[in-house]
Amino acid sequence: MNQAATATQSVIVERNLPHPPEKIWRALTQPHLIEEWLMKADFKPVLDHRFSLQADWGTVQCQVTAIDPNKSLAYRWDALGIETVVTWTLTPTPSGTHLRMEQTGFRPDQKQAYHGARHGWPAFFDKLEQVLARPD
Amino acid sequence: MTSASPDILFRSLADPTRRAIFEQLCRDGELTVGALTARAGISQPAVSKHLGVLKQAGLVRDRHQGRQTHYSAQVSALAPLIDWSSQMTGFWHSRFDQLEELLKRMDQ
Repeated sequence: MNQAATATQSVIVERNLPHPPEKIWRALTQPHLIEEWLMKADFKPVLDHRFSLQADWGTVQCQVTAIDPNKSLAYRWDALGIETVVTWTLTPTPSGTHLRMEQTGFRPDQKQAYHGARHGWPAFFDKLEQVLARPD
Repeated sequence: MTSASPDILFRSLADPTRRAIFEQLCRDGELTVGALTARAGISQPAVSKHLGVLKQAGLVRDRHQGRQTHYSAQVSALAPLIDWSSQMTGFWHSRFDQLEELLKRMDQ
């Protein structure tokens, strides 16, 4: 069954925001602002720039793959042994901006899962334990 | 191939000792209960019990050879946990909420 689901998967989150694209762009690209809503990051709005995001459950390795100021931004997002790409698209609307985030990637094969089990999962499981320990 | 429910999987791996045993098998390949006991620092019956839970979750497979039972990790059983799309959807929704909060503050 699982073999059938080997196709590309993606996660899409979209929202209309009552703010101009330029302002949202700053929140997406300035490290001190990124840290406030996403994670601590050494981001630079430069093509091919490698950066990492620090979360309490581990590190996400990123690299800028496309950048078009105030319009779109894409970076690789590799975490827990899974390689994905996160693409942000900003479209002006009469009331502000339509912000779209799409994360695409592949369902991990066994090798990646193995890698994840060895390197990424312990931290994830620690987090999981805390979640499981919470009363229902 | 049947896969255990994510619930059993989560509960099975939420225990640090079981997780350590599973990681050991991921690292070292096939091991006997004796070899695992030597490394785990707990009694053999305790290790066997943990292996039973891991087996129920589909995380380990046993192979009998003579009087020995050899255990190996079944990494594919982790697949339900690695269904990142559902995990990431929740993650991004909460980040969008935080982004909205930030954008409001930036107005000030």
